[in-house]
Amino acid sequence: MKAWLVQHAAALRRALDMLRHAGWSALANVLVTGIALALPLGAYTLLVNLERAAQRLDATPEISVFVTPDAKRAEALALESALKALAGVKAVRFVARETALASLKSAGHLGELAATLGANPLPDAWIVTLNHTSGGLLQQHAASITKMPRVDQVQVDTAWVQRAGAALQLGRYAVLMLAAMLSLALVAVAFNTIRLQVLTQHAEIELSQLLGATDGFIQRPFLYAGAVTGALGGAAALGMVYLALQVLAQPVTDLARSYATEFSLQYLTAADAATAALFAAGLGWLGAFLSLRQQLR
Amino acid sequence: MISFSEVHKSYAGGLSALRGVSFVVGEGELVFLTGHSGAGKSTILKLIPAIERPSSGNVIVNGQNVSALRTQAIPYLRRNLGLIFQDQKLLFDRSVFDNVALPLAITGFGSADAAKRVRAALDKVGLLAREKANPISLSGGEQQRLAIARAVVHRPAILLADEPTANLDLSHARQLMDMFLTFHQVGVTIMIATHDTALIEYATSHAKRVRELPLSAGALADKAAP
Repeated sequence: MKAWLVQHAAALRRALDMLRHAGWSALANVLVTGIALALPLGAYTLLVNLERAAQRLDATPEISVFVTPDAKRAEALALESALKALAGVKAVRFVARETALASLKSAGHLGELAATLGANPLPDAWIVTLNHTSGGLLQQHAASITKMPRVDQVQVDTAWVQRAGAALQLGRYAVLMLAAMLSLALVAVAFNTIRLQVLTQHAEIELSQLLGATDGFIQRPFLYAGAVTGALGGAAALGMVYLALQVLAQPVTDLARSYATEFSLQYLTAADAATAALFAAGLGWLGAFLSLRQQLR
Repeated sequence: MISFSEVHKSYAGGLSALRGVSFVVGEGELVFLTGHSGAGKSTILKLIPAIERPSSGNVIVNGQNVSALRTQAIPYLRRNLGLIFQDQKLLFDRSVFDNVALPLAITGFGSADAAKRVRAALDKVGLLAREKANPISLSGGEQQRLAIARAVVHRPAILLADEPTANLDLSHARQLMDMFLTFHQVGVTIMIATHDTALIEYATSHAKRVRELPLSAGALADKAAP
């Protein structure tokens, strides 16, 4: 165990030496890695913030059920048990036609319009609230409620929620594809860097093999160099995204305020940031691994 | 310690470097491989650490059949050997000290232990004062001594040297031979490929258990028969 640690510490030291010797070119690699990662990472951060924004808007899926105008009050109230029996229903609320008219009258300019009405034209209604925003369930329930007795009209108020959900889903796929493509680019960068590094250290590698170095001993510093470059690139990407958010923070707050809401951009969580850096290290390691496998056979 | 039996080695293109070579080198022997260029001296020295593999026949080192050794086991075979190469293979991007420390780093020595051993090896070859120097600043003789220090720093039981005195004048060559004789005295098995007959005579007159294996066109000449 101790020997193992000593070997790995030595390999890491040699990897850092290797990077220090490479100087500017190592720095350039870190920057390339950072910029390539900053794109998907930045897009991901924006997506997370958009999702937060979407959640803050009232996205409770609702079905409005209008009872036929000629139905008696008892008949209207009788729907309650049938509505409650539907799957995934969180709450049902009865809105009597008088209540509806009263709230219409109190609603600004519509009130004047309502005052001109003779008899109350509004029907009794039920508002059904569901637990979650599953588009399929909403439509299914709407269809079965339509078939219930004395139901005139059923309205699903969630078209925009579904659209927003679909748009976010699209965004997620786009970020994922961007990340996949740029990850490939990073593996290629690490592959090439390590290939050049192996060429410059050809003499040392050959000598080490003659002196009894195992493949592991020879490959470890290069793998560490790849992983360290990746991790530093990841850190650079996190820094770039952070700076971008700092720049955007004030305009976003101003924009939100103009819509009379409070909203501020949020940075990635520590777990997300750590995952990103680890992932970047993994990509660098993979590039180095593939490069070594191709060259040291 | 080292035994070759009916070893053939031919390279791609049909060149036959060794043609049925058999010999045994006992523990603590000092053996000179002699012969003209291309006689097969270097090939023998490359077969022992499995840098080359025999086309047929068996090479046994320390009881291990090198010809049948798995690739993964080769590094561990080489750690028991001290190799001195014809072209020295010094690393000019690091100090004298670090060059000698390389074999110890490979075997995973802790750095405090390693430093002691490196200095002891440098002391033996008279380069202790130059440990911080770059090998490029050393003379030809000093570079060769550095190569020896690197070959013995991990205290191998077998030392193999390919033309160690090739580019040295007589006095430096003798100085080097004295170092080999010192290792010979403490029981290290040594094989040296050379065509420097004066060197062999010098060694024969200064030590016991010295033997010559003369090679000619890939086979042992009669003189070698026991």
